[in-house]
Amino acid sequence: MPHDHSDHPHALLPSDPALRVKALETILTRKGLIEPAALDEIIDTYQNKIGPQNGARVVAKAWSDPAFKAALLADADPVLADLGYYGRQGEHMVVVENTPAQHNMVVCTLCSCYPWPLLGIPPGWYKSDAYRARAVREPRRVLADFGVTLPADTAVRVWDSTAEVRYLVLPMRPDDSEGFDEDALAALVSRDSMIGTALASPPQSSSEASV
Amino acid sequence: MSRLHDMGGRIGDGPVVPDPVGAPVFENDWHARALAVTLACGSLGKWNIDVSRHARERLSPKDYTRFSYYEKWISALADLLVENGVLTREDLQGQGGEGLHVLASKALKAEAVAAVLAKGGPANRDSDIAAAYRPGDRVKTRHPGGNALVDGGHTRLPDYAIGACGEILLQHGAHVLPDSNAHGLGEAPEPLYAVAFKAAELWPHPEHPNDEVVLDLWQSYLQSDPEEAGA
Repeated sequence: MPHDHSDHPHALLPSDPALRVKALETILTRKGLIEPAALDEIIDTYQNKIGPQNGARVVAKAWSDPAFKAALLADADPVLADLGYYGRQGEHMVVVENTPAQHNMVVCTLCSCYPWPLLGIPPGWYKSDAYRARAVREPRRVLADFGVTLPADTAVRVWDSTAEVRYLVLPMRPDDSEGFDEDALAALVSRDSMIGTALASPPQSSSEASV
Repeated sequence: MSRLHDMGGRIGDGPVVPDPVGAPVFENDWHARALAVTLACGSLGKWNIDVSRHARERLSPKDYTRFSYYEKWISALADLLVENGVLTREDLQGQGGEGLHVLASKALKAEAVAAVLAKGGPANRDSDIAAAYRPGDRVKTRHPGGNALVDGGHTRLPDYAIGACGEILLQHGAHVLPDSNAHGLGEAPEPLYAVAFKAAELWPHPEHPNDEVVLDLWQSYLQSDPEEAGA
C-alpha cells in the first residue's frame, strides 16, 4: 500500500482537535510558512462573502430570464464567470434543472465536493457519513429526513460528484411567484434547494406576494 | 477492497440531521482555522488536490472512523507536511529548529487570498487520448475496481459502481486523472464523462424503478457494454 504508515506523524500533535489545529498553526507561523492574517482573510471570505446567496442570485435570474436559463443549462461556466462566480471548487460547473418529471440531488460519497463559489462551505450534514452513505442508495428516505416527499411519478437523479465537476440544482420556481423581481425570487431559494434536499419555498406573506 | 471513505451505499447509518436555520458556516472556530491552514499550506506548492484528498483517505481506518471532519483535514495536513519534507517529526513535537523556513517566501499573503481563491485550479487539460464514447453510448465500469496503477492507491471509481452498466450522459472534455496525479505519476489527462446508472443496476432494493445515480468517470474506468457490443 502506498504511503501507509502505522505511525502517522499527526499522532505527535496534541490529540484534542482544537489544540491540534492551534499547535500546527503555531509551528507553521513561527517558520513563516503561513500568515495568520491570510487565514483570517480566508475565513472571512467563506463566512461573509461567498455563500448560498450567490447561487440564489443565479437561480432567480434563471427563473426570470429564459435566455439566461437556456445558456446556463447548456454551458454554465461562461455564464457564471460573467456574473463573477468562478473560483476554487467551482472551476467546472454543471447546472441541472428540476422538473415535475425529474428531481436532482447532489452528493459526494467519497469526500465532500461542493460548488464553493455558489454555495460556500458545505454544511455539516452534507459532509456526514449518513448523507454520503445513504443519498445514492435511498435518496427518497434521505429527502424524508428533510421533510420532502416527491410525487411517485417524479424520478430522482442523484449526482455523485466524483470528479472536479461541481453540480448546482436549479429548483422549480414556486407557484404564486409571478411578477416577483429577482431579489424577491432569490429570497425563495434556500441553500438546500440548490443541493436538492429541499424545494424552493412558496411565497409566504401577502406583502411579498404583492410586490 | 476499498477504504472507509468509500461509503456510498453503506447500510446502517442513522438519519441525516439537517442543520438548524441560521447555523453558522463554521460550527467551531477551530473548524475554520483547520480549513484555512489547509488551504494556505496548498500555496507552498508541495502537493496537489489529489495528493491532499488521498492523504485524508489513507488515515488509518481507526482514525478515519473516530476523527470528525476537520480532524481528518488537520491530521492529514500534518502527515503531508512531514512526508513532503516541509516539517520534521521533531517540529511537530515542538523540538524543531528555529528561524524562517526555506519555503517561507511561498507563504500565502493576506493580500493574495482573494486572487488565489478566485483563480481556482481547473482540472481540464488537452489530452492525446481521443474520446471513445458519446452521449447515449452504453458502457460498463471496470471490474475489479481500484487504482490500476498503484496497488491500494487513490481512485474515484466508488466501490458501489464497480462492474455496473450505464449510459454516457455528458462529455466533460479531458481532465487530470486522480489515480495518477495523487501518486506523483503525472496528470495523465483523459476524457471524463457523466455516466447515468439505473438504481436497480446498483442496488438490490431500489426505491423507485426510474431513479438514477450519475457519476463522473474517466475513460479508463470504462469499457463498451459487452451486451451492446454483441447486439
